Amino acid sequence: MQGSIVIRREPAVHYLLRLGDTCLVMAQRLAEWCGHAPVLEEDIALANMALDLVGQARAVLTRAGELEGDGHDEDQLAFLRDERDYLNLTLVELPRGDFAMTVMRNLIVGTFLKWLWQRLQQSSDSELAGIAAKAVKEARYHQQHAADWVVRLADGTPESTRRAQAALDTVWPYVAEMFDSDAVDAQASLSGLGPRWAELRGPWRDEVLPLLLHAGLQVPAERAFRSTGKTGRHSEHLGHLLAEMQCLQRSFPGGVW
Amino acid sequence: MNADDRPAAGAPSDRSPGAAPSGPSVATHRAPGAGSPLPTTEWPLWEVFVRAKAGLDHKHCGSLHAADPAMAIQLARDVYTRRQEGTSLWVVRSDQIVASDPAEKAAYFDPMDDKVYRHPTFYTLPAALDHM
Repeated sequence: MQGSIVIRREPAVHYLLRLGDTCLVMAQRLAEWCGHAPVLEEDIALANMALDLVGQARAVLTRAGELEGDGHDEDQLAFLRDERDYLNLTLVELPRGDFAMTVMRNLIVGTFLKWLWQRLQQSSDSELAGIAAKAVKEARYHQQHAADWVVRLADGTPESTRRAQAALDTVWPYVAEMFDSDAVDAQASLSGLGPRWAELRGPWRDEVLPLLLHAGLQVPAERAFRSTGKTGRHSEHLGHLLAEMQCLQRSFPGGVW
Repeated sequence: MNADDRPAAGAPSDRSPGAAPSGPSVATHRAPGAGSPLPTTEWPLWEVFVRAKAGLDHKHCGSLHAADPAMAIQLARDVYTRRQEGTSLWVVRSDQIVASDPAEKAAYFDPMDDKVYRHPTFYTLPAALDHM
């Protein structure tokens, strides 16, 4: 088995890994729908989005490796880091659940990513700004696709309404983590690398809340619970996901095909 | 696939993305809405037309199932334009297309076989027009 690599704890690298890992883990969850989506057309749509997210993750992880300066490339960062060194939002590692859960998470995270990419186009890091200019177009579509489905399900049959509400209740406690700020955020904001994620709360709320209300869903109350994926402390689900994702590269180090 | 060997209306047509262009999968000589198949839980079928670039016309490229126009356009984007095939999309409900009857094919089209005079091949073109 190939051993794990250790990542330098630098704020800029962390900031990028949070974004790159969120895209990568979300892609992995979306890809699980391949061959299982409710209809053929949606199967293709979800796989398309998973591949968009993998592409974004590749670019961001590559840049994170460059900034880290220890010669780690995108593959090493994706396949040779342990769970504690993954810095994705806990929300994206939760099991994919039913289709309602998947599109609800796509809406919550997709809206967030759309606004983040929007802001990252002005990053002081020209490489990251370039990645963002390309990614924001993909993110706009992902958000629209998810928003459409949330309204359809919430405003559909009694069964689809029930599932949409259950999905919202499941994901909601993990929303707060997206907008928690810390030293990594503060440093990124100071250096111009990217915005504090807390700054995205306003535009995110202005877009998501009216949509949920329009769909007739009950927005759950705030709770004290905080998930902590972006500091490396994850739910029990990420380890299993990584085991599956990393197994091949760990067993056959450097293997290519 | 020709219209001749198409399944009846309501049955799924060839939906594989990237499949060779095929005729609309509709029943023949059927007015829109008239004698439609029994209602099912299946989403209606839509025909998808893609324009490859500005100036060209929209070409039929296949079909898909969707609940309404918005979903049809969105799924058409995902299913038929994922390899840079398009810059514009049209979708139309398959049951809104009126097609000629395959049984009438001989009466409709065979008479044109021996009307060579309808082709502009009997003119001698000036040499300057060698790209006609």
